Amino acid sequence: MTRLYADRQAASPLKEEVFQAMLPYFRDNFGNAQSLHSVGQKAAEAIERARLQVASLINSQPDEVIFVSSGSEANNLALKGLALANQAKGKHLVVSAIEHVSVLKSVKFLEKLGFQTTTVPVDNFGRVSVSKLAEALRPETILVSIMMANNEVGTIQPIRAISQLCQEKCIIFHTDAVAAAGNIPVDVSELGVEALSLAADQFYGPKGAAALYIKKGVKLTPLIDGGNQEAGRRAGTENVPAIVGMGVAAELARKSLGERTARIKSLRDRIIEGVLERVDQVILTGHPAERLPRHASFCLKFIEGEAILLHLDLKGIQAASGSACTSKSLRASHVLLAMGIDHATAQGSLVFTLDDETEPEDVDYLLYTLPSIVQRLRNMSPLYTKHLQEKKNVHG
Amino acid sequence: MYTDKVMEHFLNPRNVGAIPDADGIGEVGNPVCGDMMTFYIKVKDGRLQDVKFQTFGCGAAIAVSSMVSEMAKGKTLEEAMKITNELVAQELGGLPKNKMHCSNLGADALHKAIEEYQRKQGRPVEIKAGLEEEQNIESGELHCPYCDSVLPEMAELCSRCQIRLIRCEHCGQFNREGEETCHHCGAGLV
Repeated sequence: MTRLYADRQAASPLKEEVFQAMLPYFRDNFGNAQSLHSVGQKAAEAIERARLQVASLINSQPDEVIFVSSGSEANNLALKGLALANQAKGKHLVVSAIEHVSVLKSVKFLEKLGFQTTTVPVDNFGRVSVSKLAEALRPETILVSIMMANNEVGTIQPIRAISQLCQEKCIIFHTDAVAAAGNIPVDVSELGVEALSLAADQFYGPKGAAALYIKKGVKLTPLIDGGNQEAGRRAGTENVPAIVGMGVAAELARKSLGERTARIKSLRDRIIEGVLERVDQVILTGHPAERLPRHASFCLKFIEGEAILLHLDLKGIQAASGSACTSKSLRASHVLLAMGIDHATAQGSLVFTLDDETEPEDVDYLLYTLPSIVQRLRNMSPLYTKHLQEKKNVHG
Repeated sequence: MYTDKVMEHFLNPRNVGAIPDADGIGEVGNPVCGDMMTFYIKVKDGRLQDVKFQTFGCGAAIAVSSMVSEMAKGKTLEEAMKITNELVAQELGGLPKNKMHCSNLGADALHKAIEEYQRKQGRPVEIKAGLEEEQNIESGELHCPYCDSVLPEMAELCSRCQIRLIRCEHCGQFNREGEETCHHCGAGLV
């Protein structure tokens, strides 16, 4: 049963127009874009159309867009490809503590190859300190990678300020805009970035399609060697239907962004205000104002996220959590820990990501349902019992 | 992900709560690994007259606590000490492999409560010799932090679930490679 699917960060259904646009490319227009003949050229044209649509979404030139298979691949290509291609200048990289794991693990890989990394901290709202970042820069720094918006807490970073800093020092700046693109305005020339990752599944496009923007003239070493697809920067037969879908989704996202945002923000604020009002001992995670329009995230003290998710799911509400028990690796979210949230509190992580089609009544249903689930779990929590005893002692 | 039995115990946990005048209390877990359990026991004529628990943790942790309390109630102390994580998992129709450690916690918390009772009685603490599943740090047996398989001293890779391992220099327990803090003692990992 689904009453409120509030895990849009994880997956969203395709927009109907996207789905319809993709269909012909599975069978009727099955060509390989590398073929010279007319069947192949149809596929090649479709890819170039999509490239233009994606370029329009981020205000880049079409030939600055490289299609890849996922946001993780885009980040891998950006980090490894830019570091390897530009190592003659130096081998120092700077990232933040709350980057996506695809960035953090790429950096770990590069460290094994002799690169050095500085990880800059974030404040309690998950914002990177620009002055701390400035201190981290060295003459041999070649690449800075700071995400535009965080997928777990929704915080938006001061990208423009960081890019100015990097420009002054001639350092390449990559931003992982996977959670941002299609949800907030993303304009590469305004942002002043040299590289930017985005993924179709974050704006009602298909899974399996993503892109890396690389500014003209910036050197990049490919990670997949082979044919001359994507101008030699990413070999492998193109996933034509997915790329077509990404293009159409990008166009829809660009055109509807303004009208969607106001509605979705009001739903988000309804959740944030409602949860803070109806549940005690809860904190809003991430920045209160500088956050993604669809993103409401919390830590509910004394209880654990997976248990909350299971109860919510049975009530028809799907959400996410960064608790250790929810993750397959049994690790608490590195983002929450980096924001100074302790392990026990991080266990109560709960994340809602909405959609502009979400109805206010469904949000109200969530606000009605959540408090009793929280109370039920707290009633069996030894931490809550301790909290009540401490409260009693304080009050006499 | 979970069996019907696990979900049933998670949604309707038996014996939740505290016993104010408990004869023994056993607390296990820490917030770093995610789960904390407290078991309370009441003993009469060598039997567990009442067992209650409080749990901070995931669905598996709550279901395991509930199952352990149900299995233990009415048993003699000796019988209750023989409740192992394997038995608890079996009774629940199985647990996902990365949740097996939750069942350890349940049995451990119960055993700790019994041990505390026995200490208070001035009796020697039952030695749980012969219980393979006993995995206290003192017992020296090492387990995979992910799937709970028993590991040899020098393991670098878990032979069952294939994760890479790193040992905590502080307590000696295995953690997953890449972890920053130890799941068992919270110490920083190098």
